[in-house]
Amino acid sequence: MTTNLTMFWLLSGVILVFSLLTIFSKRILRAAVSLLFVLVATAGFYFMLGYEFMAGVQVTLYAGGIVVLIIFSILLTSHVTHKFDKPLLANLLLGGGIAVLGSATAIYTILNHTFVPSTEPAITPDMHTIGHALLSVDRNGYVLPFEVISVLLLAAMIAGIIIARKETKQ
Amino acid sequence: MRFDIYDFTSFTQDIDRLLQENLTPFWATVAELTIVGVVILAFYALVGLFLVYAERKVCAFMQNRLGPNRVGPFGIFQTIADLIKLLMKELIPIKHADKILFNLAPFIVIIASFMAIAAIPFARGLHAIDLNIGVFYVFAVSSMGVIGILLAGWSSNNKYSLIGAMRSGAMVVSYELSVGLSLLSIVIFAGTMQLSGIVESQADGWWIFKGHIPAFIAFLLFITASTAETNRGPFDLAEAESELTAGFHTEYSGIRFAFFFLAEYMNMFIVASIAVTIFLGGWMPLQFGGLEGFNTVMAYIPPLVWFFLKVAFVIYLMMWFKWTFPRLRIDQILTLEWKYLLPLSLINTVLIALVVLLGWHF
Repeated sequence: MTTNLTMFWLLSGVILVFSLLTIFSKRILRAAVSLLFVLVATAGFYFMLGYEFMAGVQVTLYAGGIVVLIIFSILLTSHVTHKFDKPLLANLLLGGGIAVLGSATAIYTILNHTFVPSTEPAITPDMHTIGHALLSVDRNGYVLPFEVISVLLLAAMIAGIIIARKETKQ
Repeated sequence: MRFDIYDFTSFTQDIDRLLQENLTPFWATVAELTIVGVVILAFYALVGLFLVYAERKVCAFMQNRLGPNRVGPFGIFQTIADLIKLLMKELIPIKHADKILFNLAPFIVIIASFMAIAAIPFARGLHAIDLNIGVFYVFAVSSMGVIGILLAGWSSNNKYSLIGAMRSGAMVVSYELSVGLSLLSIVIFAGTMQLSGIVESQADGWWIFKGHIPAFIAFLLFITASTAETNRGPFDLAEAESELTAGFHTEYSGIRFAFFFLAEYMNMFIVASIAVTIFLGGWMPLQFGGLEGFNTVMAYIPPLVWFFLKVAFVIYLMMWFKWTFPRLRIDQILTLEWKYLLPLSLINTVLIALVVLLGWHF
């Protein structure tokens, strides 16, 4: 178990350090790159849990998709010498207060919760299980959320096309 | 220790047992990770060196020249000499650049290709990790390489680098869709995403032959789209020498430049290995139904030889593209992907699903 524990501490350390760097970095692209490390380390946790499909989704969608889009928009809008100004004291206090309150609630709940090991039989989360679960209407089927998300994505795509299309003068 | 050139499973298991007997489980794992890392690293450097040499020779052949021919017989030590030169070259620091990101960028590119190479099955039982989402994993980690290119372009604080990075980003993000869909088509055929499983499913024939015309279309789509993803000609406008003075790596020198250079060649190797694993039967020998004598002779050739011969063939194809087609413009590249390749791959995927449902494939 030491190997697992070592990896857990390593990944948690990476996530903690880079999450803080994401918030406190004054250069916007450095913040984005720190976010990339946080997301990749999270994928590492999914690998540790044996849920490889989720890890793959995490890397493709977040690291390869969303971070690339964030970096892309930073490239279009910001210059390498640009730095953030120091935030106002009131904003700093308010943000810090909310952060402390939120993390205190989360930590308090976790410490007071008694974790019961699941008695459900373990399922291997391979391609077939996930595919059937996503598109089935049975008890553990997710076809409704799947379809709702499809509609949402379709709407987003149409909106994107409408924003990006060339105006034709009529 | 048993060593069998047709099946490496017992070989790797013996190494594992030897380590487990002599070390605690924790240190055995660490030792195994180190061995795999060092082996892949050495392999990476060797293949990189060889591919640079091969590219120069193939290019020379296409242009009716001799190519490197001074250092060693047929110039085979030319790339080693080049490597020594690159290692000793000064690393030029850039004023007003984002130093951290500037230094980080080559490593992200290298790590992305390094992670992808870990999943490739070279022979039976010879792969670092055999995930049950193999195809998806390779697709996922190789999509991170573009982050390194974008960072390199932006942190150099140079307009040419920035334009190169933007072009590369737009191109890679677009062509990923076609790559994913063409890989998906063979996943539909094989019914698994595990790379070793896909190879095993081709024991009686490669998917490019078994899958009829849709599989062949998928192969063409994959080769086209992945040539674009590796930033190679005719899609190399991210580093177009004549207009962008080498694009995103203009400001890099010495070994940092060599990292980008090496990663480009390794990405080519990875793309070729994936094409071979998915479409051309991986390390499986060429087999035809009914020709017993031929099949026995083909099966006698070790799987590693088969794998590298097929990879060399696909790499030769990609080099052929690079040195014969003219470079595309950015709008032509994006039109090609969004108006032709993407609809084609969508239709092709549906067609393949139909073929599989009706049981028309072999």
